[in-house]
Amino acid sequence: MSAAVELTAITKRFGDVVAVDAIDLVIEDGEFFALLGPSGCGKTTTLRMIAGLDFPTEGSLKIFGDEVGTLPPNKRPVNTVFQNYALFPHMNVLDNVAFGLKMSSVGKAEARAAAREMITTVQLAGLEARRPTQMSGGQQQRVALARALVNRPKVLLLDEPLGALDLKLRQEMQGELKRLQEELGISFVFVTHDQEEALTMSDRIAVMNEGRLLQVATPEEIYEKPVNRFVANFIGQTNLLEGTVENHDTVCLANGARVAAPSEHATGTAVAVSLRPERAHIRDRGDIPPGETSVDGIVERITYLGNARVYDIRLDWMTMEVREENRPGMQVCEPGTDVSISWDPSAISVVTD
Amino acid sequence: MTAVEAPEADEEVLEVTPEFEAAAERQERRRGFLLALPEFGYLTLFFAVPLVIVVVYSFATRNRFGGTDLSGWNVDSYVKLAEPLVREIFFRSVWLAALTTVICLVIGYPFAYYLATRSLRVRNVMLVFVMIPFWTNFLVRNYAWRVILGNDGPLTKTTEFVGLGEHEYLFTQTAVVLGLVYGFLPFMILPLYAAIERIDRRLLEASRDLYANGFQSFRHVLLPLSMPGVIAGSILCFIPSLGAYVTPEILGGAKTTLLGSYIVTQFLTARNWPFGAAMSFVLMAIMLAATVVYFRKGGRTL
Repeated sequence: MSAAVELTAITKRFGDVVAVDAIDLVIEDGEFFALLGPSGCGKTTTLRMIAGLDFPTEGSLKIFGDEVGTLPPNKRPVNTVFQNYALFPHMNVLDNVAFGLKMSSVGKAEARAAAREMITTVQLAGLEARRPTQMSGGQQQRVALARALVNRPKVLLLDEPLGALDLKLRQEMQGELKRLQEELGISFVFVTHDQEEALTMSDRIAVMNEGRLLQVATPEEIYEKPVNRFVANFIGQTNLLEGTVENHDTVCLANGARVAAPSEHATGTAVAVSLRPERAHIRDRGDIPPGETSVDGIVERITYLGNARVYDIRLDWMTMEVREENRPGMQVCEPGTDVSISWDPSAISVVTD
Repeated sequence: MTAVEAPEADEEVLEVTPEFEAAAERQERRRGFLLALPEFGYLTLFFAVPLVIVVVYSFATRNRFGGTDLSGWNVDSYVKLAEPLVREIFFRSVWLAALTTVICLVIGYPFAYYLATRSLRVRNVMLVFVMIPFWTNFLVRNYAWRVILGNDGPLTKTTEFVGLGEHEYLFTQTAVVLGLVYGFLPFMILPLYAAIERIDRRLLEASRDLYANGFQSFRHVLLPLSMPGVIAGSILCFIPSLGAYVTPEILGGAKTTLLGSYIVTQFLTARNWPFGAAMSFVLMAIMLAATVVYFRKGGRTL
């Protein structure tokens, strides 16, 4: 069984600009796969190459084992949910959804029947005669989904599918997309710049920056064991404590403090110790639980989030964020208090550039 | 303090009353009317009044000396429109105008699409190229065609040279259509360009993604969405072609009289003003009706 999508040394150049730089990527069948990165990182170009809307400058692109590098989009067994949906404004919902089947010379009646069924699946039954412009963003999103899925693609590509929706609707659609993907059993490849969305929905995430693939792994691995500074910073919040490797178990921080930080890097390597705000805790100065590592600082600012408080702690050489869940009976430190920050050595990861 | 607050309170009361809203709307309308007043005046003076004169003359009588008597009102001129000669000229004009429009559409559409999909800089340069001919007088440009198409002109020389035999182009219908296409092509290209440029390119990508080949994508997405441009361009091409006078006169010769020339003849040579007026009026009415139908139909498919 070959992979759903296989990119080998794929490069895409637009003139002098390298949009995608020699990436290798394998997406398995049935996977919910996220391409994550800041805007301009090449994630959308990668998706468009899989769809056939852009052709790679170099490299090999296979869909279920077939080389499709320069095959036009209409000859590929994939469909796309476009950013902002790109619904045909001159057709009603039914004709929008039936479009793909009509084009692939399925009979008109049959195409319509299948379209109706899919419209029901995405819970838009009764709105077949509406024009896309008469629908809400969430409804348009469902039409776009139905229009792609009705063709039974082997891979569904989604370009920032939830970007235009408000928070509540976005969360609802996240669940719905996940459910649909599990039901259909095909792979969904979706592009997003929203790290939270990628973490919630995906089986695996590929983090991209400046045309390069930085890390491909499960959400847990990406969050817990980021491979470099960029990934650590882009996925979730983190504190990066600069230092140099002293030995395989210790990193010497910028202020000279030694912290337990196991790593494979050679002695003297410049690294950063990545410490997530929620993995650190605020203690009374010097009151450190056994086995934990600590640094001292002063509370500078407190941000109240409802379910948590974020403390900005001033250290000698930097400011750190610490997040404490808002539990009843929680002791709240005032700004200006001398405190220690402590964490379990397993809570950190050591990253390089 | 209270002095400042008082007017504010007044305003709030005023805002919620329907009278205040209506007054504001009235004022808005009046302002709009004042802005449009010069245009209204212009249209009345140079369009409505002359049109009324044309209609009045069409019911008048031609006297023996070629003058027009504004008495003895009759519909003779309209009856005369049914004569075979008039009908022949009418259908020839419609046919040539339709042919011109179709040729302009076929040539103009790909060009407009090309234009609309270029980078902004290329687009601007090319748009200037499209409009350059307007910098020269229309009459002069038609005479230029006379030189090009003439019996000793470059075109006949070329066809002779490559062994296609001797051809005469000038004073034929071909020459007229060529001249009309040349003259009105920009009027087709510009609205088409404007319409195509507005279309979201991702819609075309979406259609390709949904298994449409290039032609299907054009047929089902690009063409329907650019229909406003097709309609506007066709009207802008067809109507002046139908009433064209300069081009047929210069390139067409006597055998291919068209409506425009025929109407002019009625006024200048035949001295039959009522008949010329009736013909002008009917032509205009037909064009207006056709335009309305075309727009309505276009409006429904959009």
